[in-house]
Amino acid sequence: MLVFIIRRLLQSVAVLLVMSLLVFVGVYAIGNPIDVLLSPDADQAERARTIASFGLDKPLWQQYFIFLKNALSGDMGRSFAFSTPALTLIFERMPATMELAVTAILFSIVLGIPLGLWAGLRPNSIAGKTIMAVSILGFSLPTFWVGLMLIMLFAVQLGWLPSSGRGPTQELLGIPVSFLSWDGLKHLFLPALNLSLFNIALVVRLTRAGAQEALLQDYVKFARAKGLSNKRIIGVHVLKNILIPIVTVIALQFGSIIAFAIVTESVFAWPGMGKLIIDSIRVLDRPVIVAYLMLIVVIFILINLVVDVVYSLLDPRVRLSDARG
Amino acid sequence: MYLSSLSQRAKRRLIAASIATVVAISPAVLYAQEFRLGLSSPPTSMDPHFYNLFANLNVSDHIFEPLVTMDPDSKIIPALAESWTLVNETTWEFKLRKGIKFHDGSELTTADVAWSMERPATIVGSPGKFDVYTKSIAEKKIIDAHTIRFITKEPYPLLLPDLTSIYIVSKKATEGISSDDFSSGKGMVGTSRYKFVRFQRDDRVELERNDAYWGKRAEWNKVTLRFIPNGATRIAALLAGDVQAIENVPTPDLARIRSDSNIGMYSKISHRMIFLYPDASREKSPFVTTKDGKPLDKNPLQDVRVRQAISMSINRDAIKDRVMEGLSEPTNNLVPPNLFGHNPELKVPKYDPEGAKKLLAEAGYADGFGITIHTPNNRYVNDEKITQTIAQMLSRIGIAAKVEGMPMSVYSSRGAKREYSLGLLGWGAQTGEASSPLRALVACDDPARGFGGFNWLKYCNPKLNETLGKAVNTVDDQQRLKLLQDAAAIAINEYGIIPIHQQVTTWAARKGFAYTPRTDERTHAYGFRPQ
Repeated sequence: MLVFIIRRLLQSVAVLLVMSLLVFVGVYAIGNPIDVLLSPDADQAERARTIASFGLDKPLWQQYFIFLKNALSGDMGRSFAFSTPALTLIFERMPATMELAVTAILFSIVLGIPLGLWAGLRPNSIAGKTIMAVSILGFSLPTFWVGLMLIMLFAVQLGWLPSSGRGPTQELLGIPVSFLSWDGLKHLFLPALNLSLFNIALVVRLTRAGAQEALLQDYVKFARAKGLSNKRIIGVHVLKNILIPIVTVIALQFGSIIAFAIVTESVFAWPGMGKLIIDSIRVLDRPVIVAYLMLIVVIFILINLVVDVVYSLLDPRVRLSDARG
Repeated sequence: MYLSSLSQRAKRRLIAASIATVVAISPAVLYAQEFRLGLSSPPTSMDPHFYNLFANLNVSDHIFEPLVTMDPDSKIIPALAESWTLVNETTWEFKLRKGIKFHDGSELTTADVAWSMERPATIVGSPGKFDVYTKSIAEKKIIDAHTIRFITKEPYPLLLPDLTSIYIVSKKATEGISSDDFSSGKGMVGTSRYKFVRFQRDDRVELERNDAYWGKRAEWNKVTLRFIPNGATRIAALLAGDVQAIENVPTPDLARIRSDSNIGMYSKISHRMIFLYPDASREKSPFVTTKDGKPLDKNPLQDVRVRQAISMSINRDAIKDRVMEGLSEPTNNLVPPNLFGHNPELKVPKYDPEGAKKLLAEAGYADGFGITIHTPNNRYVNDEKITQTIAQMLSRIGIAAKVEGMPMSVYSSRGAKREYSLGLLGWGAQTGEASSPLRALVACDDPARGFGGFNWLKYCNPKLNETLGKAVNTVDDQQRLKLLQDAAAIAINEYGIIPIHQQVTTWAARKGFAYTPRTDERTHAYGFRPQ
């Protein structure tokens, strides 16, 4: 397994390099950040000075190599708008996004798997049908609309939960988190729910399909014949076998949630990475955009690696070295 | 005791009544302590000299003050400087108010002022430095702890408007620290109505009242500035009571806000002008074609009659009513009436499609021509909608107009490269007078003097440059006003720029809170008061 992991990491370096070139050239191709950033009263001399100070007067290939050289020493450049290192900006916001993403994933596991099992075991009951019908809504309704509706219902009409923003934060192992206080949890609930709706629906459908398939398998019949309790059959044998695809999907979705929590973060004014990337794209804050995308690539690479490892733990038949090379 | 002379029942009533009174007024008392305000864009830094960006200025205003400042009508009024005199044409003397204390208790002196004038030029990594406002000062002379003189290279009447943007910081607190340090509260030592408590980037700034403020003390004990860029979310936060007031009410929600009796709306004409800029200078223009899309040999926009026809074909009142929901003021000026340099002679052109057609025919374009108007679609209120409307109005006089909208980040870089034939843009006169749009938008390109920086299509009339050049060096207000008005008249009568309207800025507050709206679009928590 160790060989596998090392080989995988080496491949990742190549992926990163190609990605960096694509992202850098892509971002370079759109517009000119100076014209957006510069204050109106600035004159031509100020404009030229700012362009030079950001190194934007150099040819593209030179800019890329400077970027690459700095990146190798861990410096992804400084944000144009904030003049803070791009990575610092992103890491500052990461706890907020992670908190949201983890809560959303928890919601989709805690709600999605039981609901999916229920629908799989009793496909013709009213509850089962309702679950499936609602899950279609989870897929098809646009996130921003659902988010606004959640705000209108729970914050404006009922007044139960705050409409937007992140609650007060406390330090946990040096990381500011907001889920330790009641107020923080209240702020967390709606955006996390909004972010998880799609995933809940996804997990429900996967679990249901898996459960229905598993129930017809010989090992379930055999277990029944042996006189095992229904609880044990479902809870241990069936669940363990249908969990593999679910783990994969949840893990991959976790990556997407982190990377693309943008809509939810904008709607709920949640100060996370998604909001940062949107703001950065608006003012063409190149270093932040590039650093963000690179970081997302790294996250996806790591998640994929973890998925493969967890896979092999759940199903000993999967051998990492020959399963994928 | 007096109370004991009352009957038992009366006493009980009295107590009940006083409890009722306390209960009734307690929400008001609670409000008086904390005020939460929803703003539409987050600041990029807490350093008041880091970046000349609207969102940054807005926050800095709560903590720091300049020597002179602007009132809600953008008139210059004293702030930290009690008075100023022009010793001679190039020497300005400012007298500080005595006894002003910084938030750390130290006293404000001219040493801090001199330091605050030097600091903007030393900021590193800023995308928009404040030294455009300090570089006219050639020399600073400290006379005593409360008197300072600024000497300019040439007569420079714009010093006062420029100084409204330079915040005075404490030398002791800010010497040797970087812009980044301010986020943690280091260096956040100002003189204004609120003290800095905490900055959570992209989310909120928390403030606490400065009880030692030299002027009228602010109403609210505690202030939280929340940053909610999404318009719908901002409105929801207001409706839910999470914030007590917001800025920039999104136009789709105006009707709802107006009809809600729990919400009050405030609006004021802004210094931001929306205008068209035609390609009047080039022989061939990239987006002017025949009606069926073939290239034209000659650029019709070079003919002043064609440009006039365009202006006449625009029904500005219809744009105000239908597109802007009433929140715009049609104009033919560079600045609104309350700003210095407004020219009352320049009247809004009458909507006259027939006259416009005639002019086009005179110019030899009886059949019209084709054109593409370029516009940003995320910068100004309804920017692309306005352009679409104008395009339809142009087709009514025979000009087949297409619209191409794009985000400001793409729009501006193409604009600066002179890629358009006719474009829409907005301009806020941050210095509160007409020289700002004149210099940037319509003066001929003159990098040495800083003229024409945003004159993307290079409209140029040497007479205008001469008049403007005189104006920016004329200290006498009367004379300067005349020169500025004349310069504006040249550009507008030649249709080098076609003003559409001044934007109107909006604020909304829950019942019980009143706001004094401002021309400079800024939103201050201390501008809200209990009603």
